[in-house]
Amino acid sequence: MAVLTEEQTMLRDMAREWADDESPVTAFRAMRNGAPATFYDPEAWRAQAEMGWASILVPEEQGGVGMGYLSLGLVLEQLGRNLAATPLAATAGATSAILIGGSDAQKAAWLPRIASGEIVATLALDEGPRFTGAAGTATVSGGKLSGTKEFVAEGDSAQLFVVSAADGLYLVEGGEGVTRAPRKLTDSRSHAQIRFDNAPAERLEGGEDLLTQVTDRAAIGIAAEMLGMAESAFAQTNDYLKTRVQFGQTLASFQALQHRMAKMFTELELMRSAVEAGLEAADSGRASISQEASLAKALANETLHLVSREMIQLHGGIGMTDEHDAGFYLKRARVLEQMWGNAAWHRDRFARLSGY
Amino acid sequence: MATAPEIDAPVHALDEFRTQVRDWLAEHFPPSLKGRDNAMSAVEGPTDEDAEQRAWREAMGATGWGVPTWPKEYGGGGLSRTEARILQEEMNRVGAWNPIGGMGVMMFGPTLLEYGSEEQKREHIPAIARGEVRWCQGYSEPGAGSDLASLQCFAEDHGDHYVVNGQKTWTSGGHWADKCFMLVRTDKTKKHEGITFLLCDMDTPGIEVKPIGLISGSSPFCETFFTDVKVPKANRVGREGEGWTIGKRLLQHERNSLSGGGSSAGRMFAGTPLAQIAKKYVGVDAEGRIADADLRTRIARHEMDMRSFMLTLRRSALEAKSNQGPSAATSIMKNVGARIMQERSELLIEIRGMAGLGWEGEGFEEDALKEVRHWLFGKAFSIYGGSTEIQNNVIAKRILGMLDHQ
Repeated sequence: MAVLTEEQTMLRDMAREWADDESPVTAFRAMRNGAPATFYDPEAWRAQAEMGWASILVPEEQGGVGMGYLSLGLVLEQLGRNLAATPLAATAGATSAILIGGSDAQKAAWLPRIASGEIVATLALDEGPRFTGAAGTATVSGGKLSGTKEFVAEGDSAQLFVVSAADGLYLVEGGEGVTRAPRKLTDSRSHAQIRFDNAPAERLEGGEDLLTQVTDRAAIGIAAEMLGMAESAFAQTNDYLKTRVQFGQTLASFQALQHRMAKMFTELELMRSAVEAGLEAADSGRASISQEASLAKALANETLHLVSREMIQLHGGIGMTDEHDAGFYLKRARVLEQMWGNAAWHRDRFARLSGY
Repeated sequence: MATAPEIDAPVHALDEFRTQVRDWLAEHFPPSLKGRDNAMSAVEGPTDEDAEQRAWREAMGATGWGVPTWPKEYGGGGLSRTEARILQEEMNRVGAWNPIGGMGVMMFGPTLLEYGSEEQKREHIPAIARGEVRWCQGYSEPGAGSDLASLQCFAEDHGDHYVVNGQKTWTSGGHWADKCFMLVRTDKTKKHEGITFLLCDMDTPGIEVKPIGLISGSSPFCETFFTDVKVPKANRVGREGEGWTIGKRLLQHERNSLSGGGSSAGRMFAGTPLAQIAKKYVGVDAEGRIADADLRTRIARHEMDMRSFMLTLRRSALEAKSNQGPSAATSIMKNVGARIMQERSELLIEIRGMAGLGWEGEGFEEDALKEVRHWLFGKAFSIYGGSTEIQNNVIAKRILGMLDHQ
């Protein structure tokens, strides 16, 4: 665990308590079964906003608490442990864009509404099935944006989109000229194709690297969620191995399994270091945190991939049943592995940034 | 980062101490000695000491600063941790190296300070602090490696002395050591409780040392044979049967020194970056990337592994400082450190192709020849000091609470 301030420790403990009491995996299961139009529980989101989580990145001038990325990561990690279906990470991604590229007027218009939880915001960047880091082909003329964005997280309910066009990032309200088509992925969360047809758009200030700055922070944010998922999937597997008896012995007593768990534990420790370093880099005030972001997301991808696979395998048949939670972790893991860059993309960029 | 000074020394006193160290170093460490480290190392043998090196060792030995935090009454520096850090900083500033080292300093000394009798401490600790006596470790046996407690080397009770018969192996530096600390069996009916910790002089009649050749060539490791070797009972540390407890404590000191503990981790990976060597040997594509895409990916993977390891070392040091108690992260350090150093060596060999496999002689870069030996010797990293498999057992049992068959 990173070294935390007293305030951060309280925030983390509060998030952990809330996730365990109010948002266990059964809450996610209920949402999956009920399939609300938002693909999250609006009551739960309201509760999160009341605790101030939507305002963690927002400065005090705009009604937030300005606690920064490490604090946000602590909350996302705790929510990730129990697979809480929440638009917090998506909204935080869009918040970064406004914080970095927004004019005073744009900040004043949007950040207070984000901080209070009144609106869900999200990034609408990808135009294909995988993240490329490119601006895409959407066009803007006369303040109207046109183009199609794929697999937009929380696209079913977002009221504000940060959209990439060839010449920069734009703010687009979910209303006039915006059409949503749900894309139901394995994780039962909200993803949608969003068509923009001459939608009124306001440009965010910032050079070519604004897109990179924003997606780096978004990648680090979901890496924190993935850390929580990986730790929980690992802990649940470890608990299961200690209770399941075969051949008259607990599975935990078999050395072949002990070593697989030791290996996963080792990778989890490295993942935690990389994710926390990414969050700290985002708080450092440096514009470019691409190396740290790639390290965090690549390790998060690989470690969660390993742990989510092993969770199923080590649970045996029960882990394949819908009744068990293991499948939820596996499905959500693969979606987050793709989001904001898969491991290969981040390794390639890490190498380029390192000059080879 | 600002660290609060310890309560024993107000800030101005620490400033005075720094000045004192600086003056002393200016007087005793000639710049000509920079980079000419010949400390007794556990891995490489000692080199011949010239007059200048000898004077430096004696000067450090006289102050006790080679073992800065050991008690002054036994020849140590008697410094607080903060003072020791200041000493290290000042030494780094002028490139001064510590001439006092070896197994006596890293493993045996701290253990003897904890478990030795007053007489034993007075006899052995000052000589270690002055760098005058070299110690070797008699632990492993041909039949007792990972299962060290199954050791058989037997010490028979003969009144005022023991008679030792048996064989030790992997005795690092056995052929140049003056003394040996060893684990012997004094009771064949008990496993762990039948083990006793003894000290013996390596020139005692009946001790025979044979160096072990390794895949990397010559090595500091030896086989040591004991035939009717007389060891006075005064040389027993602790009680009869207490050897396993004392021996395990010593292994903790060993593991600490092997995992690098953070400060030496940077040095572990120092040297020309892999990518630079790869570009030279493999070439680059039109965009300046290493031409072999598969190799490039594996280098990136390795460097990310290394980066996250360094971050983990830093994290666990910070956590230890901020009173969060010992971090679980420390238990993985040895395994990850070994895997990264071994992977780096394998990549370096592969990058250079045949030119990376030179054994000796003309036609090879000096670095490449060194690297081959390092690659081969490095296979030891995941074996010695508790193999990777043993560490995984420790992680599973002690941290994850996975118990063996009941």
